[in-house]
Amino acid sequence: MDWITVLLYFVLVIIGWMNIYAAVYNEQHYIITDISQKYGKQLIWIITAFLLAFIILIIDESFYTAFAYVIYVIFLVAIILVPFLGREVKGSRSWFRFGEFGIQPAEFMKFAANLALAKFLSNQETKIADYKNTFITLLLIGVPMVIIKGLQDETGLAIVFVAFVFTLYREGLSVNYLLLGFLAIILFILALLINNLYLFIFIGVLCALALLFVRRNRKNLFIIAAIGVIACSMVKGTSYVYDKMEPHQKVRIDVLLGRGEVDLKKEGYNVNQAKIAIGSGGFLGKGYLQGTQTKYDFVPEQDTDFIFCTVGEEWGFIGSSVVIILQLTLILRLIYMAERQRSPFSRIYGYGVASILFFHLMINVGMTIGLAPVIGIPLPFLSYGGSSLWSFTILLFIFLKLDSHRLQILR
Amino acid sequence: MNLLSDRKYIIMGVFVFIGVIYIARLFYIQVIDDSYKLDARNQAFRYNTEFAVRGYIYDRNNKLLVYNEAAYDLMVLPKEIKNLDTNDLCDLLGITKESFIRKMKKAVQAPNSPRKQSIFEKQLSPKEYASLQERLYRFPGFFVQSRTLRKYPKKIAAHTLGYIGEADKKTTEKDPYYKEGDYLGISGIERTYEKVLRGRKGMRIMMVDVNNREKGSYMNGLYDTMAIPGKPLTSTIDRDLQEYAELLMQNKRGSVVAIEPSTGEILAIVTSPTYDPNLLVGRARNKNFAMLYSDTLGNPLFNRSTMASYPPGSTFKLIMALIGLHEHVLTPSTRYPCARGYPPLGGRPKCHPHPSPMDLEGAIGTSCNSYFSYVFKSVIDDKTYDDTYKAYANWRDIAMSFCLGTKTGSDLANELRGNVPSIKYYDKVFGKGSWKASTVISLGIGQAEMGITPLQNANLVTIIANKGWYYTPHIVKAIGGNPNDTLLDRFKVKHYTKITDTAIYNHVIQGMARAVESGTAGALKIEGIPYCAKTGTAQNPHGKDHSVFVSFAPKQNPKIAIGILIENAGFGSTWAGPIARLMMEKYLKGKITRPDLEKRMIEGDLIHKPVAEKKVEKAKKRH
Ligand SMILES: [Zn+2]
Repeated sequence: MDWITVLLYFVLVIIGWMNIYAAVYNEQHYIITDISQKYGKQLIWIITAFLLAFIILIIDESFYTAFAYVIYVIFLVAIILVPFLGREVKGSRSWFRFGEFGIQPAEFMKFAANLALAKFLSNQETKIADYKNTFITLLLIGVPMVIIKGLQDETGLAIVFVAFVFTLYREGLSVNYLLLGFLAIILFILALLINNLYLFIFIGVLCALALLFVRRNRKNLFIIAAIGVIACSMVKGTSYVYDKMEPHQKVRIDVLLGRGEVDLKKEGYNVNQAKIAIGSGGFLGKGYLQGTQTKYDFVPEQDTDFIFCTVGEEWGFIGSSVVIILQLTLILRLIYMAERQRSPFSRIYGYGVASILFFHLMINVGMTIGLAPVIGIPLPFLSYGGSSLWSFTILLFIFLKLDSHRLQILR
Repeated sequence: MNLLSDRKYIIMGVFVFIGVIYIARLFYIQVIDDSYKLDARNQAFRYNTEFAVRGYIYDRNNKLLVYNEAAYDLMVLPKEIKNLDTNDLCDLLGITKESFIRKMKKAVQAPNSPRKQSIFEKQLSPKEYASLQERLYRFPGFFVQSRTLRKYPKKIAAHTLGYIGEADKKTTEKDPYYKEGDYLGISGIERTYEKVLRGRKGMRIMMVDVNNREKGSYMNGLYDTMAIPGKPLTSTIDRDLQEYAELLMQNKRGSVVAIEPSTGEILAIVTSPTYDPNLLVGRARNKNFAMLYSDTLGNPLFNRSTMASYPPGSTFKLIMALIGLHEHVLTPSTRYPCARGYPPLGGRPKCHPHPSPMDLEGAIGTSCNSYFSYVFKSVIDDKTYDDTYKAYANWRDIAMSFCLGTKTGSDLANELRGNVPSIKYYDKVFGKGSWKASTVISLGIGQAEMGITPLQNANLVTIIANKGWYYTPHIVKAIGGNPNDTLLDRFKVKHYTKITDTAIYNHVIQGMARAVESGTAGALKIEGIPYCAKTGTAQNPHGKDHSVFVSFAPKQNPKIAIGILIENAGFGSTWAGPIARLMMEKYLKGKITRPDLEKRMIEGDLIHKPVAEKKVEKAKKRH
């Protein structure tokens, strides 16, 4: 057992619980274990999460390799069925409800997909550079994404699967693909920020410059011309898609790119309030339970997706830095642990865990400080909610179980 | 395979890099940029003002002049209004539906807003409040905030006490202590002692949630401030004397100022016509103000005692006598002729019939215009000075040392300077070097361009009574019960005139005493109290002469000096003299021995009667 990881996990969970208490603090129910309140409920989630962790640790390690695909299929079926079987809660069809408690199967798709990916990529015959294998890999990741986004409309839960890019990169995905993807993203952003005509001229100039530096044969000429045409059509396409978007979607993009007039009472409200809460914390914070912005509901969803605001407001720069450093320490520790595995399955799975945690951290915190788009995604171990806490616990403890058998080759 | 495992460094590098960016960003918005802290405060705090109780004002004998009465502002927080029965509320407040709509509009529009509380209906009386309060629970979003209104047990001293108004935008920009709608002193004592009277507002910081509901006190009140009540003022006014003087002055146009010579304390200061100070309080204030403002006949808002400038007339002859004696161009036995006027200029300025020639005492007693024209001429043509200009400058200097042509520096809110014409002025009017004593001869009898306020007039008498010095006349003698408050230090400095020889004053005082014993004020004796007086008139180019009377009593150790001027009332001994006499007797004896005189003065109407007479005359002419 890697006790450092367990300790980090434990500390983060407790920090989360304390901040949920502060975020929804209610004077009439000041006891932190009062289960009529969210902090009381979170305690139940925490205790059950510990139980889950214990169960995971006593299950035989070969279970996870053996049943990786089975688990994957079970949860895939669950997320397909939940919109039809689950009860609608607040316009969302992604929940199974049990009385006051709810479960979101899509949360568990993360570890299921991670297991399946590790199983597939760890196969000795699998070479990621092979087109067929690349396709299967993309299918493993892409199918849950499409289902979650398409059937349940849970952007946050869907987009997380992008995190596996880090795993794939580690396992040999060509840098060229990543670079191309990266350039494409930059092109999309520029297409929205800069007048298309200037961008076309800019691309043209770049192509002309490229011609000066390569041998001018027919093949190179063709490639550069093709790249230029593709780039230009991407720019045009982006503008076209943007123009066809619904106003509320346009606004989201505008807010992120910081262009146009952002109405702080409407589309800019969440981010602005989050920044006010965090910014007003100052260096040392206002003190525990002394926050006004989060406690008095200025910040929306202050116990779930915006829990980091409570940290920032009440614990200040010191507190929010500590949380980020703790999270990063945990993630780097996981990478370190992944690298010491003899079994590729364990290593790939470990990278998946680290990547998913990092992706959540980056989007969640980035959203509250205006560096990432507003996407509903929890802060690992801190945000209120049973599904996410259970999901992260399962994800982490399966790896801890695998790590405790790191000298074995698991298949 | 080795190559791929190196990729872990890149991955870790990316993770750490983004972590560092985030921490740097947090440092920026949390530590460097202060704007978020301000935004948070504006959103989550509500600053509740606790108004300080305004200080009371007492008279010199601790009788109340001004106190406070509770009033209630009906406030509205539009966002919290629920299921409002408009008709019901309108009935309760006694307002029309249109008026209600107008008020609601005002409460919602900038600078107000639906999330901000503002005044809906101002200054409900305690009675209106009582009937409203029982039913207020039915109107969520409406609540009551208590304020205090000034109240005056006696309807006196309106101009001196002044009134209170609401701070407007200009005031709040000049002094950020005030928020729009706060009360502050606009005139009178309320204004000059505003900072003392107002105390200090308190502030309670309440936390509110996103729906503007109060969530308790911020940091348990650590940053709250308590309201500090305003300090009470002790005025120098004698309430009974002031009330009595106002009674005597009713239906007359003019002013009386009474000063205690030994201290400079103003015992009574009356402007007539005046008004009931209670009129300028509460909801009827604007209406009443407009009413008083439109009364052009009485012009009751005009504070004559400090804002009206009259020719000093006869009073100035006393100063002329002092200057003549001081400059050794006059002795008490100097005699000058009078031919119903000043002979060298063909009987101008004119004089009234009396024996001639006379010495100084006689001239004071009869207020002879010719005599003081001679004195003025001999002062200006004094050979000890090289030329007229130097002699004139000297004369003007001495006159101004009697606090003429300059503000007295009292603590009354507005004061006119008055006027003693300068050399520059006459050079402009007549040309440089082409004027001399005879050109401006009427200055010697306090006419021409000379101007004096009734307050300066009374101060002049004080100087004579004190034989050469005065304390700046003032209206407040103690602040918060402390007579040594530093704000009052300036009233404890003795000012000396340029004439300090008491023997010179004795000659003039003797003349004033003679006027009471056997002269023009002979009919106004007070039994057992020998006093000094000077009757006179001040010529008025616009109509009948003003009636002027100055006096102090008793002759030895004077306790009260009075200057009185009644517009268009003719001789000093008919109206001004009797009123001064009654006031002195009332103040010194506490009772009146001449009820006949008192009755005549109280009943005398110099404002409305002449109008009535004129109307009758006009009517007669038409027939
Ligand atoms: Zn005469």
